[in-house]
Amino acid sequence: MKERVVLDVSRLPPHGMGRASPTWWGTCAFMLIEGSGFALAIAVYFYLMSLAPHWPIDAPAPGLVPGTTLTAILLASVVPNILLSRWARQRDLRKVRIGLIVMSVFGAVPLILRGFEFAVLNIRWDDNAYGSIIWTMLGLHTTHIVTDLIDTLVLTGLMFSKHADNPRRFGDVEDNAMYWNFVVVAWIPLYACIYWVPRL
Amino acid sequence: MTNDNKPAQPTDLMFGDDELERRLAQTWRTPAGVWGALTTVDHKIIGRRYIVTAFVFLALGGLLALAMRLQLAQPEARFIGPDRYNQIFTMHGSNMMFLFAVPVMEAMAVYLVPLMVGTRNIAFPRLNAFSYWIYLAGGLLLWISFALDTAPDVGWFAYVPLSGPQYGAGKRADLWAQMITFTEVAALAVAVEIVVTVFKQRAPGMSLDRIPLFVWSMLVTAFLVIMAMPAIMLASSTLILDRLVGTHFYNPTEGGDALLWQHLFWFFGHPEVYIIFLPAVGMVSTIIATFSRRPVFGYLPLVMALIATGLLAFGLWVHHMFVVGLPKLGESFFTASSMAIAIPAGIQIFCWLATLWGGQPVLKTPMLFVLGFIVTFVIGGLTGVMVASVPFDTQVHDTYFVVAHFHYVLVGGAVFPLLGAIYYWFPKISGRMMSETLGRWAFALIFAGFNLTFFPMHILGLEGMPRRIYTYQPEMPWAGMNMFVSFSALILSLGFLVFFVDVIRSTRSGQIAGENPWGASTLEWATSSPPPCFNFRRIPVVGARDPLWSQPEELTVAGGLRTDRRELIVSSVVEAQPEASESSPRNSIWPLLAALATTVMLIWSIFSPWAVIWGSIPIGITLTGWFWPKQTPEDES
Repeated sequence: MKERVVLDVSRLPPHGMGRASPTWWGTCAFMLIEGSGFALAIAVYFYLMSLAPHWPIDAPAPGLVPGTTLTAILLASVVPNILLSRWARQRDLRKVRIGLIVMSVFGAVPLILRGFEFAVLNIRWDDNAYGSIIWTMLGLHTTHIVTDLIDTLVLTGLMFSKHADNPRRFGDVEDNAMYWNFVVVAWIPLYACIYWVPRL
Repeated sequence: MTNDNKPAQPTDLMFGDDELERRLAQTWRTPAGVWGALTTVDHKIIGRRYIVTAFVFLALGGLLALAMRLQLAQPEARFIGPDRYNQIFTMHGSNMMFLFAVPVMEAMAVYLVPLMVGTRNIAFPRLNAFSYWIYLAGGLLLWISFALDTAPDVGWFAYVPLSGPQYGAGKRADLWAQMITFTEVAALAVAVEIVVTVFKQRAPGMSLDRIPLFVWSMLVTAFLVIMAMPAIMLASSTLILDRLVGTHFYNPTEGGDALLWQHLFWFFGHPEVYIIFLPAVGMVSTIIATFSRRPVFGYLPLVMALIATGLLAFGLWVHHMFVVGLPKLGESFFTASSMAIAIPAGIQIFCWLATLWGGQPVLKTPMLFVLGFIVTFVIGGLTGVMVASVPFDTQVHDTYFVVAHFHYVLVGGAVFPLLGAIYYWFPKISGRMMSETLGRWAFALIFAGFNLTFFPMHILGLEGMPRRIYTYQPEMPWAGMNMFVSFSALILSLGFLVFFVDVIRSTRSGQIAGENPWGASTLEWATSSPPPCFNFRRIPVVGARDPLWSQPEELTVAGGLRTDRRELIVSSVVEAQPEASESSPRNSIWPLLAALATTVMLIWSIFSPWAVIWGSIPIGITLTGWFWPKQTPEDES
């Protein structure tokens, strides 16, 4: 078919940032998938609770200290995370490097606390259905922390390499920061279910 | 960094058509040979592979159906024993739903959506390659287990407690559950690609109200996949946990619940029906418009009906559970919502009829399949309204009436449009026409064979014949009808045989198709058949809903994309205003390696929970290799 050029796109930027980036939308779509997963896990939790004569089943409520400390740390991590995202948008490589190291620490510390959380759940996964669902919820969220931590560590390595000075990398840092916010936000209802619903 | 302070890059404005095509082919091509085949990220090659693989699974699933019909043709037959029969009906259902129906619809989108929205490759093309390998691995897992006589035998919805640790000994149910994980990972990956391709890679000017209806249907389908498939992944994972590490999700003596499985399964399972049906709706709208030689009647109501169906799909799942003893009020609600879905379905049917009424219908093979679809689907819809009523459903539950109903809906609602779509888009995919003569034979045999096979099953069901029985006694009044059904199934199979022969014959020696053999209106017909590796010489600029009809003589295009790297236009979500000339990834072996690592982890985890930890390490390594920058022009920004 005969072609007629009616639009010149040669002045467009060679990479879309933010919402012009397919990766941003892809990250959103994956958050929607995983958000659906978390929502369903919570639905299963309440479904099992509605069947049980008493809740929790045959166990004291989980100990509060490690989980609450972890929640506080996750919430605190949002501040450096947002700063990191802002520095990435400004393409300030030095600050982004510092921010990534800080966020690697904020990703690793919760994993240590998570170990203590499992220890004070006061029930095993194979004791009863209550134990099964809270171990699953905690496990599901832990895989998200691990995934994002590995992603952050790889990105940190990248930003100290020769590949660093590239707007594409800064976009990756922003998307990773957005995903970490999701990991934090998804934790709040899980925390409420695991630690506070049994105390109602 | 912008273009301004760099040396001028070669763009498509600098070259004549021939030189431009040569340069684009250099940049976008998939090398010949094994290495090229393993590393390609071209959506057309992967889409074609996906479609062919899905049809191979269709043929295998059809052979299983024939084996069942042979067994049921007469009472007390001894052709298949009860254990093998359980494996066969489980395989037939699981194979058709998870390895054929959903993948083939997504596969059609993988091939067609990027062409229909006027871009050069699907979003996240490496994820696309990964998706295919994972799908293939899941299919091989299921079929190899069948060959080893250890296939799942718990039905395609694997109800607990039958599939749980107490009754489902061995690894059969685990293989089913893990096959689910494979196919759902593959389906979710494609869903994300479709959403982002439709949102961000549409040709300039293709605003929301100019998106082709097939693309709309795939967008809604992709969202259904994203929202519904996590439910089945949670269900299958918790089932494996119950079986492997002793959790009690489905164990009522320890606070679990068998009905929880049914809720989770059908919260996915009902949207699944629409995940299969909505793409078919998009195909029908496309084919009807082309062969009525006029724009589809009621574009907006059709789009709204797609979205409404997608939303209602999540409010229907309990109608699969009417006989488990749920509260009356709940059942009434789900009866109402099940009947409400007839409204968007009705809107679509009437819009199609109006399009036919107002056009000059041309009865080519694709159109025959669409007319067959309308008849068959309406019958399936009528029995659907019947089983939506609790008292009626209680009578026919688990009988052949239900078997007849869902085959009318699934085969009539999805396979007929799909076959029409194959006849319609085959010239684009292969560059050659399929045979009209063989096509008419295929349609006649499939349409007649289908109705002769499945309509009597309604009667068998009303006569009380339960589904999933491997044989029946001579005293039952079912023998004559079963013999008739089995003979009819041969006619249906013969129709499919003609279809497959036509496909193979036409691939080799069909008449050359040319760019737009049907005189259709959407962008995939604006490029050669089969399309070059870069899809379009220059990206089209869209000014109308039916671009090739509003300007049949010339194609308005955008210029200025680079030719030395894989580059495409990223545009805004609503108006499709160009925002960036973004790069698209090159071929890579990493998706295959990541898929292999994932396969090892998933199969290993049937046997040991530690596989999840140790098996994840190779996955992490392959993903890092996948995303690590390679200093190609595509990495520039």
